[in-house]
Amino acid sequence: MMTLPFLDLPLIWAVLIAFAVLAYVVLDGFDLGVGILFAVEREDEARGVMLNSVAPVWDGNETWLILGGGGLFAVFPTAYAVIMPALYPAIIAMLLALVFRGVAFEFRYRATSVRGRRGWDAAFALGSTAAAFCQGLALGGLVQGIKVVHDAYAGGWFDWLTGFTLLCGIAVVAGYALLGATWLVWRTEGALQFRARRHARALAAAVLGLIVVVSLWTPMLSPAFSRRWFSWPGILLTSPVPILVALLAWGFWRAMSRRQERAPFFCVIGWFVLCYLGLGISLWPEIVPPSLTIWQAAAPPASQAFLLVGALVLVPLILAYTGYAYWVFRGKVHAGTHYH
Amino acid sequence: MSVVHHVAEAVLLARIQFAFTIGLHIILPAFSIGLASFLMVLEALWLFTGRQVYLDVFQYWLKIFAVSFAMGVVSGVPMSYQFGTNWSVFAQRTGPVLGPLLGYEVLTAFFLEAGFLGVMLFGREKVGPRLHVLATCLVALGTLTSGFWILAANSWMQTPAGYVISPGGRFLPANWWAVIFNPSFPYRFVHMVFAAYLSTAFAVGAVGAFHLLRSPRNEAARLMFSMALWMAAILGPLQILAGDAHGINTFRYQPAKLAAMEGDFTTRSGQPLVLFGWPDMKTQHTIDKIEVPHLGSLIITHSWNGTIKGLRAFPRNDEPYVPLVFWAFRLMVGLGFLIAGIGLASLWLRWRGRLYDTRWLPRVVLAMAPAGFVALLAGWTVTEAGRQPWTVYGILRTAESASPIGAAGVGTSLAAFALVYLVVYGSGLRFVLHLMARPPAPGEAGPSPDLPLRSTGITPTPPLQHPAAGE
Ligand code: HDD
Ligand code: HEM
Ligand code: HEM
Repeated sequence: MMTLPFLDLPLIWAVLIAFAVLAYVVLDGFDLGVGILFAVEREDEARGVMLNSVAPVWDGNETWLILGGGGLFAVFPTAYAVIMPALYPAIIAMLLALVFRGVAFEFRYRATSVRGRRGWDAAFALGSTAAAFCQGLALGGLVQGIKVVHDAYAGGWFDWLTGFTLLCGIAVVAGYALLGATWLVWRTEGALQFRARRHARALAAAVLGLIVVVSLWTPMLSPAFSRRWFSWPGILLTSPVPILVALLAWGFWRAMSRRQERAPFFCVIGWFVLCYLGLGISLWPEIVPPSLTIWQAAAPPASQAFLLVGALVLVPLILAYTGYAYWVFRGKVHAGTHYH
Repeated sequence: MSVVHHVAEAVLLARIQFAFTIGLHIILPAFSIGLASFLMVLEALWLFTGRQVYLDVFQYWLKIFAVSFAMGVVSGVPMSYQFGTNWSVFAQRTGPVLGPLLGYEVLTAFFLEAGFLGVMLFGREKVGPRLHVLATCLVALGTLTSGFWILAANSWMQTPAGYVISPGGRFLPANWWAVIFNPSFPYRFVHMVFAAYLSTAFAVGAVGAFHLLRSPRNEAARLMFSMALWMAAILGPLQILAGDAHGINTFRYQPAKLAAMEGDFTTRSGQPLVLFGWPDMKTQHTIDKIEVPHLGSLIITHSWNGTIKGLRAFPRNDEPYVPLVFWAFRLMVGLGFLIAGIGLASLWLRWRGRLYDTRWLPRVVLAMAPAGFVALLAGWTVTEAGRQPWTVYGILRTAESASPIGAAGVGTSLAAFALVYLVVYGSGLRFVLHLMARPPAPGEAGPSPDLPLRSTGITPTPPLQHPAAGE
């Protein structure tokens, strides 16, 4: 395998993996959010519409999670081998929750009794909520730091469980629910859309509050974080982040009061992207704070280069046909239409 | 001492967890691989001939495919995290080699399947028949590609090649071609794809047989029955040949596994073939055996007096658990011959023009419904249990591969997996059986979300003008 000394492969891969995780958060975020909102939607027909608005695309959305995990295994194996045991209970619980919500898409329509259908509806709502919560826990657990000795996890089972991780869990649930609500505003109509608007307003206020609290808490976790945020010249990079969040908030409420359908969804995506950038600023260049940088966790260049060739060709292709799939199912999802 | 004991317990639980979760997973992808190809053929036949029955059978199985595919996906996602959660040392050491293979699986296969699955299940009305058949083909291609990469990864663990070992004990890739096309991969890939097709064929054939027994004139039931038996007749014998070649390859690269499969403890030239018996690991003898002289050597070395090493030639702590390997192998081979036998019998009946006229053939096919899946699981048991005590054959021991997670943690997650899988896959099986119990109707509806349910007899797409369409 050729080596390319002029390319910083770990850096390129860090960007690519970060992109995969962001794509996952935004895409599965809205369909998990739809699942979370299932809990407050009582009408059977409306539930059908909600489900059908994501049924053709959820599998593709979830594949970004597999790319995140598989990619980590491939190009930062040490990080993968440290993070998974460190966050063991949260990861296992997330996977099991995803099992429930994934099969509910089909099982709901296969249930032979009303009780059975209610059961799978509950599994869908609970599974989505639990998966989102566990992702928040895992995120918080990673950000607050993992104890590493000799390239292996060296802490206990529940080191990750702190007030900060619980807060992150709640924030992710609220954030996904907000994404889901704005998705429904865009893709549905009538009474369901009306209710989705109401949820979106309430959730947006909650999410903004949570963003503020998490953002203030994060720099206090480690002096390295606050140095990156508040010292010169880093502050040049960091100060626009909160300003942009505020601008988007303004845009969001304007769009809501003008009854726009698509703009709120994209404003919320904007919030997610900005929070994600903020997180990146805090962590950089660590992949497992406080001990492993992306270069320390990296696979050898031969592995990274081999997969990079494929990724550069295939990721654009994937984005293209994913876009096509979304385009095929564009437009409002109507009530009274039947699935199966 | 108690620390060692504790670790061994955690490793055992992790192994049980892996075996349980992958054992469940593998059934679903095998069914998906087979069904996706079957659906592709049906839809293409419909497009070319315009015969309604192909579309009916297509729509019928599409609904079953949707359920089983969803289960396959959600059972696969935990697998890709399990290397990290339970086998982190393994992941850290082999990541540079195995990681990119799994990465390519995601990029080339999973996205392809997921991207076009929505169109395949719900998009017929939106994209028209030609693009729809293309989507079906791409999903089928995706399932096969996924098998390609995952089997390359598994085969590399069985017969590692194309790597160097770093001072820290990690596997570093030296030659990707050699990594992917490692010595056991071609055999394993062919044998596994055949296995997926055969397992699916018997599931399809059994559903056909079930409805054939109830209403012998049901055209769709006849079609399923006939197509499944063609598959058994062609692939059944080929699978035996592929398995034989696979075994000879195992003899070259994993001789201890082969000895366990054969129940040979002593090294001999002109090794007999042990048909049955009990491999006793304590005394290192196979007791109460029925054997055919020289046949073992003849099959494996293709010579009357070829030498086959017995297990006593290997250190005791490099031995797999022999009875499991030995009996799983006999189960698989027995079913393999039964499958091929049924295929050949159907050829005979077909030639006499009596394929649908006997009562016994559909009954046997119905009874054999799970045969393919059982053989498949038995085969994997041979492969995986037979390579113990190694995760990377001859280099990295299973006992050294596990995560620093205690037995209590692994045990709890195992219990949680068992509980969830029981509920979820138990229900899934019920739903699939429920769908199968209903006979396919003319004008079978597909799983399209935007279609108001139509009365039977109307095709969801404009019917093609074709002389054969009216039959
Ligand atoms: C429908 C399924 C099916 C059937 C009918 C057979 N097999 Fe098989 N066998 C498999 C499904 C399978 C499998 C599940 O696909 C395995 C596990 C791993 C692999 O590569 O294929 C396997 C493994 C496997 C191995 C293990 C190789 C290794 O791991 O080193 C051998 C030697 C054979 N098979 C041989 C046979 C023979 C001689 C058969 C003929 C009668 C046969 N198989 C029928
Ligand atoms: C012989 C072994 C295997 C084969 C042939 C295989 C094949 C497949 C196929 C065809 C699918 C998609 C279809 C379906 O799920 O129904 C699938 C799903 C999946 N498999 Fe496996 N698999 C194997 C073992 C594994 C292992 C060991 C892993 C873990 C690394 C794994 C991870 C996954 C994942 C993550 C998915 C879900 C992907 C999706 O979104 O479609 N598989 N597998
Ligand atoms: C990419 C493909 C695969 C990989 C990387 C893989 C890896 C592993 C690992 C790490 C273990 C644990 C250590 C051990 O006990 O051996 C294991 C065990 C096992 N795997 Fe696989 N496996 C793969 C495919 C499969 C498939 C498709 C099956 C099919 C059912 C399977 C069945 C088993 C079984 C039964 C065990 C337990 C063996 C024992 O404990 O004796 N594996 N495998």
